[in-house]
This record gives sequence, structure tokens and C-alpha cells, in this order.
Amino acid sequence: MTPTYYLVLSAALFTIGAVGVLVRRNAIVVFMCVELMLNAVNLSLVTFSRINGTLDGQIIAFFVMTVAAAEVVVGLAIIMSIFRTRRSASVDDVNLLKY
Amino acid sequence: MTTAHGLQSAAWLLIAIPALSSLVLLTAGKRADRWGPILGAVVPVVLFAYSIGLFFSVKSESNREIHAHWFTWISVGRFNVEAGQLIDPLSMVFILLITGVGSLIHIYAVGYMSHDPGRRRFFGYFNLFIAAMLLLVTANSYLLLYVGWEGVGLASYLLIGFYYDRPSAATAAKKAFIANRVGDVGLSIAIMVMFCYFGSTGFQQVFSHFGAGGNATKGVAAAIGFMLLLGACGKSGQFPLQTWLPDAMEGPTPVSALIHAATMVTAGVYLIARSAAIFDDSQAARTAVVVVGAITLLYGCVCAFGQDDLKKVLAYSTVSQIGYMFLAVGLGAGNYAAGIAHLVGHGFFKAALFLSAGSVMHAMNDRIDMRRFGGLRRVMPWTFGVFFCGYFAIIGFPLATGFWTKDKIIDIAFAKGGTSGWILGVAALLGAGLTAFYMTRALIMTFFGQRRWEDDVHPHEAPAAMKWPMVVLAALSLVGGYLLIVNGALNKWLSPSVGPVMEGAHPLNKWAVGIVTLVVVALGVGGAYVVFGLRQVPASQPMGVSVVTTAARRNLYADAFNETVLMRPGQWLTRGLVFFDNRGVDGAVNGLAAALGGSSGRARRLQTGFVRSYALTMLAGSVAVLATLLAVRFS
Repeated sequence: MTPTYYLVLSAALFTIGAVGVLVRRNAIVVFMCVELMLNAVNLSLVTFSRINGTLDGQIIAFFVMTVAAAEVVVGLAIIMSIFRTRRSASVDDVNLLKY
Repeated sequence: MTTAHGLQSAAWLLIAIPALSSLVLLTAGKRADRWGPILGAVVPVVLFAYSIGLFFSVKSESNREIHAHWFTWISVGRFNVEAGQLIDPLSMVFILLITGVGSLIHIYAVGYMSHDPGRRRFFGYFNLFIAAMLLLVTANSYLLLYVGWEGVGLASYLLIGFYYDRPSAATAAKKAFIANRVGDVGLSIAIMVMFCYFGSTGFQQVFSHFGAGGNATKGVAAAIGFMLLLGACGKSGQFPLQTWLPDAMEGPTPVSALIHAATMVTAGVYLIARSAAIFDDSQAARTAVVVVGAITLLYGCVCAFGQDDLKKVLAYSTVSQIGYMFLAVGLGAGNYAAGIAHLVGHGFFKAALFLSAGSVMHAMNDRIDMRRFGGLRRVMPWTFGVFFCGYFAIIGFPLATGFWTKDKIIDIAFAKGGTSGWILGVAALLGAGLTAFYMTRALIMTFFGQRRWEDDVHPHEAPAAMKWPMVVLAALSLVGGYLLIVNGALNKWLSPSVGPVMEGAHPLNKWAVGIVTLVVVALGVGGAYVVFGLRQVPASQPMGVSVVTTAARRNLYADAFNETVLMRPGQWLTRGLVFFDNRGVDGAVNGLAAALGGSSGRARRLQTGFVRSYALTMLAGSVAVLATLLAVRFS
């Protein structure tokens, strides 16, 4: 049971999340991928906390969760209102704010 | 030196009264149209009456150098300028000439300008001129003189451009102004040199550094002398700044008579005579004055006989006669009085000539081409009489004014002795012959021969307001010279200001010079009679004439020279600067703005509106930052 496995898992999850954000069009999926990245980070924070034997990492993980929860509220509200007006949840369709 | 008292202490009124009257005339508006000209003409008459009183008051003093102190003008450290007046015999001569001839010409102008809608403005400017000219000749320092000097320049500019709706008049006014600026640079540099070396510009203080016991070096004297000469050339229309004066005839004829013949243009001679102490100390500066005078007197004569415009003939004649005055004052100590005598005499006869020319112009519907005159002596006997008196005076007919004053200058030119004396004497003698030639030509073309005027012209004699001033001036042209010369009256009077007249050893017999002069003058008159009197004068300018005549018509290419050498390069320079300004300076500024605008227009394109591309950018940025951190950490 070495902590390295957790870090590798964390890195894998982060990469999957990042690729998901970049390649998927559906806003909900993109959103979930963002959550995946956050949780990958949480996992690595807890792992490092364990390795170092301090509680700092775990405290930060709690902060991240709190912020993520708030972000989900705001993000889903935006997605909802966009969907209501444009009947679409694709992030590529929402491109009016540009040059 | 005497402090002003009694009548003398009111001398400031000489400047205040015309200045005030000018202010009233220029601001009173239309209601002054009726009484404006009368006020304008009364002012110089009042001043003349006062000047006569002042003359006797000055005459009764044992020391005829009257100082009237006004106030301390500038007092900064070592530099001190007291504003005030210096009334001495030299300025007294000018005060009497300006107010006397000025009065006559003002009265004449009341008649001459009676139908002009701008007559109020005309008299406003005319009185302004009187104020400035009197300030010029009574100032007690070069700095205050400079104020008057610029004042007469301004009045001259305004009056040349009086008919400002005529492009030729507006151009002539600008030309006069610019040529005068060139001269004024000289005068202002002279004043700066005085300030620099003597810490004062007052006449008394400056002159105390010259002459016996003075500490001014030859170099300083020469520098001031040359710069004063440049100023004098500009104001007096002398070579090489002479081209503005003939063009100045665009102004009304009374202006030509008073400003551009009798008074203002002689301010240069006044300046040199006033600075006698400086010029006496510098042989080089005196030589320059003499050379300028000799060149100009011949230049004016040659140009005059190519002109068909009567006023232009008289203008070139003025240029030439002032050349005589420069020649006289340039001959140095003992000869200033001769120059001033010719100046006063010239003031009389040239004013008479100009006023009669104005009368002819008035009668001929403002036409001034002599080829369209002819035979006017029967129609305008008074005007003809006045012109004839002026003619007698200018050619130096025995006992008329020019005979006493101009022949005296020819005499002292020969009396200088040596080669230079011969050159100057012959130049002055030749000038006398040429003067007789072109004046006879003008006389014959205007008053004798066939009538050549158009059918719509009905010449008539001048009204009384114009006639009588002319008659007085004509009388003065005949006897004025004698009155100045008899018993050496003017010489004695002027000696406190410019030094006594010295009768040096004369290398030639005086009588011989006089007789030769008369012979030369007779040759000139005879020549002109043969060429213009015995033949029919063509009504239009003949073509295919000799090289000399063509050159004389085009004022010996002086205008062409100025245009080619000075004006065109100036225009090129201006065009080059405008080009540089538009393309270089503006180009850099505008180019920078355009470059920034263009590049930001490009950079704007990065905002695509696609969220995923922003995310990719953020990722790439984060990776780059991380990579940099790692690279720095491990290197």
C-alpha cells in the first residue's frame, strides 16, 4: 500500500477530467469533468497529507469541496438559464461574447 | 544741458495730442465722418503753432540742449532707461519740418480724401503717424526712438495698405513691412550692443563713450555703426532694402507725400546724424554709409527714367535724393548739416511734386500713367505751376532749393579729396544730370505735348483745400533752400547737435564744380527735351527698347533678384518644412497610432467566444508556467 498509487490515480483522474473539459461539448459533461479534476486534486491533497503526517492537506481538501459546492450552484444555474433561452446545452453554441 | 521749463515742459503734448486725436478718430465710429477730417487736420496745425513757440523758446537758451524727463522706464540692475525727450537743434528742425509740412499735407488731404468713405480711418492713421514720428525725433534714448521707429513703420504699413481691397496695395504694404523688419533687426542689434557695452541706451550716456576720452573700441563703434546703417537703409529705402519704397506708392497720394517722401523715409538720415558721435569714431561705418548713398542715388535715377507711372518716378527720385543725404552724412564730421539741409529742402520740393502729382491723379480719374497725360498745363495751370517749382528745385535750377542743397553735397563729395572723393563726386554729378533728365521727361510727358487722355476723362483744377497747400510748398521749394543756407543759418543752428561745419582745403575750385554741375544738369534737361519734347510720346509703352531701358523699367532687376535669391528659396524651405511636418512628424505620430490600432485589431481576434479554446489556452498557460518553474528548479 504505497501512496504513489494514489498519486498516479489522482493524476489519471485529473487528465481524464482535463481532456473531458477540452473535448466534450455538453455543458453538463464539461461540468462533471471539472468536478472530476477538483476531486483528483482533493485525492492528491489527502495523499500528501498522509505522506507528511500533517492535517494541512485534508483541511485544504475540505476548502476545495466547499468551493466546489458553491461553484456547482452557480454553474448549474447558468447552464439552466442558458438552456432555457437557447434550448441547447452545448458550450460551442454559447459564443456571442467575442470580438 | 538745460532742463525743460516753461513752454518747453509741455513738449510731451507733441506726442499726446496726435495720439489722442488718432484714438478718437479710430474709435468714434460713423458720427466722426463729418468732423473727423477737420479734427485730423487741425491737430498738426496746432502742433506747428506750438513748435514755432518751442523754436523761439529753445533759441533763447544759451545751451540749446533741452531735456524733458518723463519717468524711469526700465531700471534693472546696471541697466537703466529714462523715458523723456531731448529737444535740441537737430530735433527742432525735424519737429518744424514734420508739423509744418505735415499741416500743409493734412489740409491738402481734407480736399483729396473728401469723397473717400474711409477718410476717418485715413486721418486716424495719419495722426498716429505724426505722433510716432514726433516721438522718434524727440526721444532721448535709442530705446524710446525705437518705439517711434516702429510706430511710423506701423502707420506706414496701415496707410500703404489703406485701399486694402486692392491686392497690389495689400502686397505693397506687406513688402514695406517685411523690408522694414529686416532693417529693424539692425537697429535692435545696435541697441543690444549699446546695452551690452554701456548699460544704457540714452543718447547722452552712449555718446559719452565715444570721441575724445571715450572708452568704446573701434570694433564696438563699427558694429553699432553698421547695424544703425542697416536700420537706416530699411527705413529710408536705401540699397539693398530699397525695393519697398516705389511699391509704397499704392497708398493715397498725401501718404506718399508726407510719409514716403518728406518725413518718415528721412528718419534714416536723422538716425545717422543723431548718431554723429558714433559715426565720427568709425571710418569703416562712414565708408559704408557713403557707398550705400552713392549706389542708391545712381540706382534711383536710372530706375526713374524707365517708369511710366508718375508717382513711381517721384518715388525713385525720393530713393535717389535720400541717397544724396546718406552720401552727405556719411562724409562725416562737418558735413551732417549739408545732409540735413538737403533733407529739409527735399521735404519741401518733393512734397510739392507729390501733391501736384496727386492733383493730376485726382483730375484724371485716379489714372497715373504719364503716357495717358500730356498737355495738362493749359487745363491745370496751378498744378502745373506747383510741379514746375518743384521741378526747378529738384534739378537744382540756379537759386531754387536744390541749387543750394544738392550742389552743396556734390561740392563736399569732391572736397573729400583723393580717389574716393573723385568717385563720389562724379557719382553725385552724374546723379544730378540723370535727375534733370528723368524729371524733364516726367514734366514733358505730363504737362506738355499732345493730349493723350481717354474721352471719359475731364481734367479740372484742384479745389482750394488742395491748391493752397501746394502753392505754399511750391514757394518753399523756390526760396526754402536759400533761407536755409543764407549766412550759414542751418549750419550754425545745427552745430550744437552735429558739430560745426569745417571748411577744409578744397582740391577743386568751388566755382568750377558749380559750373560743371550746371552744365551737366543742362545736358540732362536738353537730352530729355530732344528725346521726349521734340517727338510724339507713344500712348502705350513701346516694346523692343534698349537693354538699359528694359532694366530700368524692371528696377534694375532688384525685385527679380529678391524673388530669385530670397523669396524662392524661402518658399522652397517652407514647402520642405511643410512636407517634413506632414510626412515626418505627423507621419511618425499617425503611424504609431495606426500600428497600435492595427495590431490590437489583430489581437482582438483571439477572443473567439469558444469556451473550450479558452480552457485550452488556460491549460497551455498553466503547463508553461509549471514547465518554467521546473526548468528553473532543476537547472
